[in-house]
Amino acid sequence: MLTLECPCCGVKAEETELQAGGEAHLKRYGPGSSDEEFDGYMFSRKNPRGVHFERWRHAYGCGKWFLAARCTATLEVFGTYPAQSKEPPAELQAKIKAKRPGWEGWK
Amino acid sequence: MAMKRYSVFAIAKEAMSYHQGWERAWRAPAPKRKYDVVIVGAGGHGLATAYYLGKNYGITNVAIIEKGWLGGGNTGRNTTIIRSNYLQDPSAAIYEKARSLYETMSQDLNYNVMFSPRGLLMLGQTEHEVRGYKRTVYANNLQGVETRWIEPAEVKKLVPIINIDGPRYPVLGALYQARGGTARHDAVAWGYARACSAMGMDVIQQCEVTGVRSEGGKVVGIDTTKGAIDCDKLGLVVAGHSSVLAEMAGFRLPIESLALQALVSEPIKPCMDVVVMANTVHGYMSQSDKGEMVIGGGTDGFNNYTQRGSFHHIEETVRALIETFPMISRLKMLRQWGGIVDMTGDRSPLISKTPIDGIFVNCGWGTGGFKAIPGSGWAMAELMARGASPLAEEFSMYRFREGKFIDESVAAGVAH
Repeated sequence: MLTLECPCCGVKAEETELQAGGEAHLKRYGPGSSDEEFDGYMFSRKNPRGVHFERWRHAYGCGKWFLAARCTATLEVFGTYPAQSKEPPAELQAKIKAKRPGWEGWK
Repeated sequence: MAMKRYSVFAIAKEAMSYHQGWERAWRAPAPKRKYDVVIVGAGGHGLATAYYLGKNYGITNVAIIEKGWLGGGNTGRNTTIIRSNYLQDPSAAIYEKARSLYETMSQDLNYNVMFSPRGLLMLGQTEHEVRGYKRTVYANNLQGVETRWIEPAEVKKLVPIINIDGPRYPVLGALYQARGGTARHDAVAWGYARACSAMGMDVIQQCEVTGVRSEGGKVVGIDTTKGAIDCDKLGLVVAGHSSVLAEMAGFRLPIESLALQALVSEPIKPCMDVVVMANTVHGYMSQSDKGEMVIGGGTDGFNNYTQRGSFHHIEETVRALIETFPMISRLKMLRQWGGIVDMTGDRSPLISKTPIDGIFVNCGWGTGGFKAIPGSGWAMAELMARGASPLAEEFSMYRFREGKFIDESVAAGVAH
């Protein structure tokens, strides 16, 4: 069973308490953007087999959004961090790099 | 490449000689250096694409590449339901084409796929669902897909083991497609593979694609664990792993991969001769020819490539089905498994050209691809051979950019 630690309230929550919110760190495009940019933001997804950065909500807990790094091929959780982060924390990236030497970075 | 036909006479003849004369159903060749067309993925959709390329367009210099074993992905992991009661016209067209091809598939392929048009019910268990399904029935009647709305008394007559009184979700009626049913999923893949092999195509198993090569925006070939293979056209038909292959080719798809689970009970005596889907409570059930109750549930919410899902989804599915079918409460469950389904935003597939010239994708079938296999292969083969297909036209991957969604969240709301 998938367990994530909510960085907002510190609770180690299992997946029935959580709601998955899809890929994290998407750059948003709004009015005035090209069709291609808007399509990329709204629909195209990296959907990697391996390290994935994603949004989660502690739906049946504190109700807050947060971000998580997880491996979609093994379900290993590397860590969670606040939703306000513009990019994954450096120590988390270093931890992932150590565990997955072939990893090409979060972008 | 002539293959011996299967028939009652062949069985009688083999019975006289200790069944030692049966030949391999398909060859296991080493890959050639170059093919006209390479299809990645020897599941139902990939093999059907290859089959109709040969049968309808005479293109037989084709290889079908499979990283595992033939039909070992979602083709062998679904709950074998066949139906075409979708809402939108493009969906009804392709799913009905598929359903009609299933009717003659055993004869066409000379392989018994055990198609059983036993009838299919989608239960209406809330007022909203009743309204949604009635709308689907009206749409189907306009599309020429034979479905009708039936009242609870008729549901009870068709499914004596059902509890129509609730308490939480009473059965308020059902959408009934009498021509829907099931087929033997493995046999569909095996039958297509045998027919492809007989046409001279190479089905290459245990061969994983490691790279896609293109030059000047046009595909030239693929790299695999069995060496490089060149091709003029490349079809990516790999369901849950479509995004991985697209990444190798250098583009992204509007796809997310999720785990979907199913389970079967111990075999029991015949008790239900139709397929029943209860979408409000996320469960659906049919009885296999072996007597097992075949049960499917909902998908997990998070991206996953592990072919195993979360236990609580199984628990929810079984809990809900016990309320609708009280007699299954004492059944032991024999096996449970998961598959990786490729979900699009509008729950409709992609049969499409891609940004790379010569690469085509057929994916995004989400939770309900098995029923579509022959229609999907038919349309994909036409697209690859002619550059356009009326059946596939609306399923372009660029429809999201244009806002031309084919919204099937009601028809495909739960898995199947």
